[in-house]
Amino acid sequence: MGLAERILKGDVRAAARLMRDIDDDLPDAWHELKKLYPKTGRAYIIGVTGLPGSGKSTLVDKIVEIFRKEGKTIGIVAVDPTSPFTGGAILGDRIRMQRHSTDDGVFIRSLATRGYLGGISRSTHDIINVMDAMGKDIIIVETVGVGQDEVEIVNTAHTSIVVTVPGLGDEVQIIKAGLLEIADIFVINKSEREGAEKLEQELRVMIEMAPPRQDGWTPPIFKTEAVLGKGVFELIYGVSRHRNSLIESKKLDGKNKLRTKKHFLKLLQTRLLESVLGRMEEGETLDKMLQQLVDRKGNPYGLVEKIMREHLKSHLRSDHGGKGKTHS
Amino acid sequence: MSPKRKIRILIAKPGLDGHDRGARVIARGFRDAGFEVIYTGLHQTPEQIVATAIQEDVDVIGLSALSGAHDYLFPRITELLREEGADDITVIGGGIIPEEDIPELNKAGVKAIFTPGTRIEEAVAWVKGHVKLRG
Repeated sequence: MGLAERILKGDVRAAARLMRDIDDDLPDAWHELKKLYPKTGRAYIIGVTGLPGSGKSTLVDKIVEIFRKEGKTIGIVAVDPTSPFTGGAILGDRIRMQRHSTDDGVFIRSLATRGYLGGISRSTHDIINVMDAMGKDIIIVETVGVGQDEVEIVNTAHTSIVVTVPGLGDEVQIIKAGLLEIADIFVINKSEREGAEKLEQELRVMIEMAPPRQDGWTPPIFKTEAVLGKGVFELIYGVSRHRNSLIESKKLDGKNKLRTKKHFLKLLQTRLLESVLGRMEEGETLDKMLQQLVDRKGNPYGLVEKIMREHLKSHLRSDHGGKGKTHS
Repeated sequence: MSPKRKIRILIAKPGLDGHDRGARVIARGFRDAGFEVIYTGLHQTPEQIVATAIQEDVDVIGLSALSGAHDYLFPRITELLREEGADDITVIGGGIIPEEDIPELNKAGVKAIFTPGTRIEEAVAWVKGHVKLRG
């Protein structure tokens, strides 16, 4: 029995293994993902993003506690950065969530970014699909602590929560972080700290000054003390209000289409590049080409055009010659 | 497509002792060797450790114990792994563990024990040499 069949029968080990194969980019993983895809599309996906140290993991832990009391099953994807120097990573988000580790209704997976930018890993969307196929009702994605441009979560989640804390400085910090535009919900965590009121006022002004959103939604602000679980109920209520608003305004389909488009184009982009690079390795090596460019014996623009022409031509040939592999 | 298998290792502290300095040093050492290290903090039960190892699909579990309870906790973990059909995961241990306890632990399925004074490079080399990356 293949991994996909085992996963659909509830085999946790098979699911964990497939996630590994996806993360490690094994060709077989695609085969299994094809079989799982028809079983996906049922889970609601929540993104939790924000600055490092803002308390995202603790907040996720408390959110899970409440959802579990409601009987919902949960998948968690927790992303931490890969060291650019060693390729290694310390994945420590679980520390705050370990009490859920032996709960059969919760599956937690830690992922390293492996050089991928955007605040998540390249594999995140596919791993969400595995959890979705496992039958998880809600999937929570905790991004790396984001700084300025790591906002890919907005194309991955149905509801994006941006977590901030008082005392970081003025509102400019938040504008700079580029997080304002992606938040469906704001959380001011550690709200017992000085400056929480001021931060709330500043956020409110910024939300009011922002151009009206196409979906007609105004992001609410929730104040929490995640360590004590304070304000988390209200936050979850906020998530369900956002979800209802998406459904009532018929925007959920559009959101799903956008998520699907981003995912699809990313897959296509990756595969096309791999395919082109693979052919380049057969003939002229990449290294040789680069040397030509460095020596100014060629230019990158013309070279890309040439490669594209040859690539398309050789594909057509292999299709007509019947040598092309069939992928279903 | 070139597969990029990476060693994943869970560093876990079972039992009640409250010192994880050693575990954190080891975690950093493994990270610097290019491993993905899942770190779960103090006071983990054997059940939590095994569930975590399975969910994270790790190649290795590295256990650290300073309390003297290793002769119960380590074998309990290997036993649970067998029950879950996950005994292909390599278990190693470290901490304050008397020489004379090591044969019993080995018999219980703990593949290696690193006692105080072990250089991190030794542990890294052991893992690289003994772990067969799957697939």
